Amino acid sequence: MTKSSFSFKTDSWLAKRKKYHEIGGKALAFSCAAVVIILTLALVYFISTKGLATFFINKVSFNEFFLSTQWWPDRPPINGGPKVGALPFIIGSLAVSMLAVLVSAPLSILVAVFMVEIAPVWGQRILQPAIELLAGIPSVVYGYVGLILLVPFIRDYIGGNGFSILAGFLVLAVMILPTIISVSTDSLRSQPRQWKEAAFALGSTHWQVIRLVLLPAARSGIITGIVLGLARAFGEALAVQMVIGNTRKIPTSILDPAMTLTSAITMDMGYTTTGSLWNNALWTMSLVLLGFSFFFILTIKIVSKRG
Amino acid sequence: MLKGRKYLFIFLTGLFIFFIVTFTGCGKQKDNGQTSPVSGTLTIVGSTAMQPLVEEAAVKFQTKNPQAQIVVQGGGSGTGLTQVVQGAADIGNSDIEAHEKEGIDASQLTGTKICVVGIAVVTNPNLKVKNLSKKQLKDIFTGKVTNWKEIGGPGQKVVLINRPKGSGTRITFKKFALDGAEEAKGMESDSSGVARQIISKTPGAVGYLALPYVNDTVNTLSIDGYAPTKVNITSGTYPVWAYQYMYTKGRPTGLKKTFLDYMLSTEVQATIVPDLGYIPITAMKVTRDK
Repeated sequence: MTKSSFSFKTDSWLAKRKKYHEIGGKALAFSCAAVVIILTLALVYFISTKGLATFFINKVSFNEFFLSTQWWPDRPPINGGPKVGALPFIIGSLAVSMLAVLVSAPLSILVAVFMVEIAPVWGQRILQPAIELLAGIPSVVYGYVGLILLVPFIRDYIGGNGFSILAGFLVLAVMILPTIISVSTDSLRSQPRQWKEAAFALGSTHWQVIRLVLLPAARSGIITGIVLGLARAFGEALAVQMVIGNTRKIPTSILDPAMTLTSAITMDMGYTTTGSLWNNALWTMSLVLLGFSFFFILTIKIVSKRG
Repeated sequence: MLKGRKYLFIFLTGLFIFFIVTFTGCGKQKDNGQTSPVSGTLTIVGSTAMQPLVEEAAVKFQTKNPQAQIVVQGGGSGTGLTQVVQGAADIGNSDIEAHEKEGIDASQLTGTKICVVGIAVVTNPNLKVKNLSKKQLKDIFTGKVTNWKEIGGPGQKVVLINRPKGSGTRITFKKFALDGAEEAKGMESDSSGVARQIISKTPGAVGYLALPYVNDTVNTLSIDGYAPTKVNITSGTYPVWAYQYMYTKGRPTGLKKTFLDYMLSTEVQATIVPDLGYIPITAMKVTRDK
């Protein structure tokens, strides 16, 4: 086990052993990387074949799926069915996640500034653990708190019946706070000290340094954080499903209930049989989710390259 | 310090392996025991309307036969049928007959009628509506009536609480209460329990629940003057009820057969069934064929 036990071996043996370790280590790392790559490709392939079947096997037109609001996957052909228009779910998903980011991003960026610039010691000691705690709370707990506190509050003091887009994006906004805050904080911290010092030397106030030097410099990191938050909000299923009211209609106000892609999938997936149009339509929604997350990742790549 | 960690790691790994071996050992034992009809595992999935009954019966069955392990899950009738066809569940609970669900090869399945369940129209407890005619009911659920005031209630918006499309309760309700009319889009909740919770808390809410889920947190309505009571259902004057089926793939054998026989035994039919608000088949004075 210890070095001394090998001391009688020759140098060449040690060299050989080192070489084998080198090869072994490389092989191990390579195979692990390969597993991840194969897994990703297999998933993309699987979801794509399943998702595209709606269009190529069931002959549903792209227009119907993406632009129609008629969702009657179980209606017999005599009554004009089946119809699988997913527009209300796509709009629902986009609306809640965009609004969540709109609420969460300014708040998160200012908190990040506070932690890095205004109160580094205090922020580090109290705010950091608080945010980590926020990140660790399971989504079902967020949904439950939303259901018990937020939904009745909206019903009694704002209007509607409580289950609404408003409830959905407020819950999401809290859920994505930690993501945006921690990525923004890292980005702000990694800016060179000299820039700040130069700005101070030129007579800037602290606020001017933050606004005119630090924030623009950290822009790409902050945008990455926001897009990551958006991606998380877009993919969240459970917490939103509990408070959004699951209604298959295009919402006209933020007090209307709606449905997201993720909750449409979880609501129906148990009922459908493999290979049926209904089932394929759910896979197409999964493909749409996958497509959006590709888009988000691409945005991050482009932003960080330019940043 | 590092050595201590190493020992801890070895200890935890050992513990982990020990658990795996123990549990797989258990699994094996059960597999072997499947030939004996009172031991083994059963997975029962499906109708949430039937879930309380099957859960209660499963608990009693397991107390009597400690060798047997029965897992009861909800998910809805559609899920029950789908999973039993796919072999993911041993028994599928359903309020609808297998041939009524599209995409299910009903010829593979054997259904056993267990009991009857009534489905009640319920509203938020603050809504003092006691009776609806069938026409009013249809108008409400198809979206023609959007305010309770239009049918003589308070000036309160109607909030529809639906179940998802695969729910047996929804299919039964649509068939016998709405005569097949298409429901308007409303909120959907994926289980009877959640639906009751939402109805009890949301002003103006109306929905439908299987009778075992009805309690005083919601207001129960009569249809055409007939309340959803046992007398009205068995005599056929209250129309919204469903047979409760348990489906197996092929003929039930082994533990499946033992458990189905137990569900039909007087022990279940005379105590658990009526206690929980279900109706034994033998009490029905009317029948529905197909």
